[in-house]
Amino acid sequence: MSVGEAVVRIEGRDKVTGAARYAGDIPVAGFAYGWVVQSTIARGRVSSVDDGEALARPGVLAVLHHGNAPRLGEADDATLLVLQDPRVPHLGWPVALVVATTAEEAREAAATLRIEYQVESHDAAFRAEHPRMYVPDHINPTYETETVKGDVDGALATAEVVVDATYTTPAQHNNPMEPHAAVAEWHDGRLTVHDSSQGAYAVKQALTRLFSLQPDAVRVVSEHVGGGFGNKGTARPHVVLAALGAAAVDRPVRVVLTRPQLYALTGYRTPIVQRVRLGAHRDGRLVALDHLASSQTSKVLEFTEQTALISRSMYASGALRTRHRVVALDVPTPRWMRAPGESPGSFALESAIDELAIACGVDPVELRIANEPESEPASGLPFSSRNLVACLREGARRFGWSGRDPRPALRRDGRWWRGTGVAAATYPARSNPSSASVTAEDDGRFTVRVTAADIGTGARTALTQVAADALQVPMSEVTVLIADSDFGPASVAGGSSGTASWSWAVVAACRDLLAQGAAAGTTAQANTGKAVAARPDLARHAYGAHFVEVAVDPHTGEVRVPRMLGAFAVGRIVNPLTARSQLIGGMTMGLSIALLEESTMDTRFGDFVNHDLANYHVAANADIQSIEAVFVDDPDDQLNPVGVKGLGEIGIVGATAALANAVWHATGVRHRDLPIRPDRVLNATYAV
Amino acid sequence: MREFEYVRAGAVAEAVRLVAADRDARFLGGGTNLVDLMRLGVERPGLLVDVSGLPLDQVTETPDGGVYIGAMVRNSDVAAHPLIRERYPALAQAILDGASGQLRNMATTGGNLLQRTRCVYFTDPTKPCNKRQPGSGCSAIEGDHRNLAILGASPHCVATHPSDMAVALAALDARVDVTEPRGGMRTIPLGDLYRPLGDRPDQELTVPEGTLVTGVALPPSPLAARSRYRKVRERASYAFAIGSVAAALDTADGTVRDVRIALGAVASRPWRAHTAERILIGGPATEAAYRSAIDAELAHAQPLRDNAYKVPLVRTIVVRMLEELAG
Repeated sequence: MSVGEAVVRIEGRDKVTGAARYAGDIPVAGFAYGWVVQSTIARGRVSSVDDGEALARPGVLAVLHHGNAPRLGEADDATLLVLQDPRVPHLGWPVALVVATTAEEAREAAATLRIEYQVESHDAAFRAEHPRMYVPDHINPTYETETVKGDVDGALATAEVVVDATYTTPAQHNNPMEPHAAVAEWHDGRLTVHDSSQGAYAVKQALTRLFSLQPDAVRVVSEHVGGGFGNKGTARPHVVLAALGAAAVDRPVRVVLTRPQLYALTGYRTPIVQRVRLGAHRDGRLVALDHLASSQTSKVLEFTEQTALISRSMYASGALRTRHRVVALDVPTPRWMRAPGESPGSFALESAIDELAIACGVDPVELRIANEPESEPASGLPFSSRNLVACLREGARRFGWSGRDPRPALRRDGRWWRGTGVAAATYPARSNPSSASVTAEDDGRFTVRVTAADIGTGARTALTQVAADALQVPMSEVTVLIADSDFGPASVAGGSSGTASWSWAVVAACRDLLAQGAAAGTTAQANTGKAVAARPDLARHAYGAHFVEVAVDPHTGEVRVPRMLGAFAVGRIVNPLTARSQLIGGMTMGLSIALLEESTMDTRFGDFVNHDLANYHVAANADIQSIEAVFVDDPDDQLNPVGVKGLGEIGIVGATAALANAVWHATGVRHRDLPIRPDRVLNATYAV
Repeated sequence: MREFEYVRAGAVAEAVRLVAADRDARFLGGGTNLVDLMRLGVERPGLLVDVSGLPLDQVTETPDGGVYIGAMVRNSDVAAHPLIRERYPALAQAILDGASGQLRNMATTGGNLLQRTRCVYFTDPTKPCNKRQPGSGCSAIEGDHRNLAILGASPHCVATHPSDMAVALAALDARVDVTEPRGGMRTIPLGDLYRPLGDRPDQELTVPEGTLVTGVALPPSPLAARSRYRKVRERASYAFAIGSVAAALDTADGTVRDVRIALGAVASRPWRAHTAERILIGGPATEAAYRSAIDAELAHAQPLRDNAYKVPLVRTIVVRMLEELAG
């Protein structure tokens, strides 16, 4: 059996030696460079583009703008309709593309462009009380905006204990290590693109529509991707600009975004204000849960983060209401960032649960266990499996939770005040339709083809393990080729659905090949669309529990995290090595969001002004001390053939709240606004 | 990016002459700040005169018992040098608290002193900034200034100097050797190298443009061997200070005989706390005395909307450090 083995990444050696080529490294004969020129105003129209000086510069091949760029067709995502009209919907919107034979020539020519604007007044100031806040038709991706069960207001009015608190989280940027890049090439009306993407097939579909092509006329390849965390989930403007540029100059064009350019062009997590109201009996059992989330979107595209979704499935409560509001501002378009919805939603819900435990004088682990539901609270659906209690118990045992003194601000260690915190986690266990094929080669080996993406997760390795078992051969007999849209439709590496979706198609194809006899030269194909749709309606989720210890110096504002431990019920573990990496990576990102990450919107300009890694802090190695992820048994035969629940996102869910809860335990101060920066810790009032 | 020429200078005189002859020329040391600024379009030199190969790359003991650091000595080498670690530990600590290993391997001593503010408006050519474009206005005063100056700021600029190393050097009474564009050589106390923020924040130094820093002299000091540096930052490594202090203290019989205190991340230059030092010398070596001395220094602080937290932060780290040094 290969599944379950701790196998190192197949492409690991290529990556550390530099042999692996990313989209911006792909050598395409005769390619030119495209430099993206962004608007310097937050709202208005381009009134003129004077490109005379730029076009006269050496090496410059073209300057594309709304007045001369090739016309695009349709798009599901209006952020892709670039250089089509003079409208400027936010600061940083692409207003021109300069194409030249070198990157330096393109960039220097761009500096000589004279772009005049008709400036209109803009509004980039997000607040929950914004008068244009509205109720959207749905939330990301297609969930209901509101759910109501029971009489929430009535239950709150008569509850023995009530927690009513407002939590805020700032805009956050995904900041994958590899900035977005693409090289596009047209040949006889066919478009080939190497793109840094989490879903080559999704990019192919977008380009097919945008350029009004036949499906077989577009090929997208994303062999290696240096992270994404959601902001490479679908096509982004850089790939469209590369294809437009290539069409205009009749040679391949490469577009590589800079770090600052990512901030306006590729998505981010919206700032969010959440009000959570909990009503409970004195023993901590909930009678009411009310979760209202307000977020922003752009005027280009409505995107509403599904922030309160987590409250629909987490705790039993007779009365349960979840609601979302959104306001469209003159700002860049927010999109998916690791655990959209659950990451910020769990910060609010799991902080509020901690506040309830304190108010009731009940241990926060026990309070969560006391509120375990029989079925999914909002939908009433049965769970396919639910091992949250096992995560809480196992995590508590390993962390040494028992005997914890719940009183705050008691543990001093020199200048440090110490405390511990807990929070629960959940994330949907999705499987999406995908296709795959497997070929029995003449030399006895097997080649699997699936349009999966490995964005650093180890997906290529995991799929090789799965295929080897399905073919009943060692891993060394199997080559898995991924991330080429010619391999057929497949789900994106997003929503923690990748391995759960692709492995299903791979197993189906492999089983079919064996059933056919697996003669050399034969290929079996599978598409899981019908099988996925035929699954019974069940609530399928992964679970986890985080335990965190912090040390706080209230006089300097420093917060350090000596220990993080997560216990997870995430179905069958295909590869414990890469699974652990995913989970501790998510936990680290949760710490980073708790303490550091914040995109600062300067509303005067409509710009995220700290748009680089010097000023947008992500956790460094020194911020991480002891960090461990452990698994609890989580058998579930209602998922997919391998029994996989995704684990790309659950590590981040709840980690932030556990840390904030620990800061309360250390200091007696409740931080409801993220991040818990030194100035906020310093400015707090302490009882002692 | 503007096309530029690159010349490697073989001697100080040649380097200074080349830069003096070309208004668009800049000295290039380790490039850890200048190259970034060129990529961002903040700096657009036509000529780079690489001075990193000049024979100014030694750390040497001076006859008076002090130490001399050539301007091209890499930050890593300064921090690791036995003479520095033994006699000026605050300097070694400050350097190791800054940047990353890779950057410290590249950055030079002279370049570190002359690095530019990391104010987000200075580094973005699309935004008004009096330091980058005189007269365009200061975006930070009403904008993102959480990590900008509380001392010595002006209505035209509230930038901070980002160096850790310079804070230690300021406390250690370092003197800076420079060669001016016409070839004249001068020695300047470090504190006098930086011009106070006035109505021309683009003019950062008291020496003429095109002046080359050639070395830093650390005078002998019995105090310095017990000097220390303490830095507070938002993450545990690889971040600029939000407040820092370099200090040295000599006490006898419960009295402060001598003291040096310099503060970082509070002003457009390393901030030598002269007021606090004057109050402390000859007075009691007690926490109360430390507290009232730093309070007197910070009485001049003029915090903005979002950076008032630096006042208690600096007070805490200074008092704690003096207590540790006295203990």
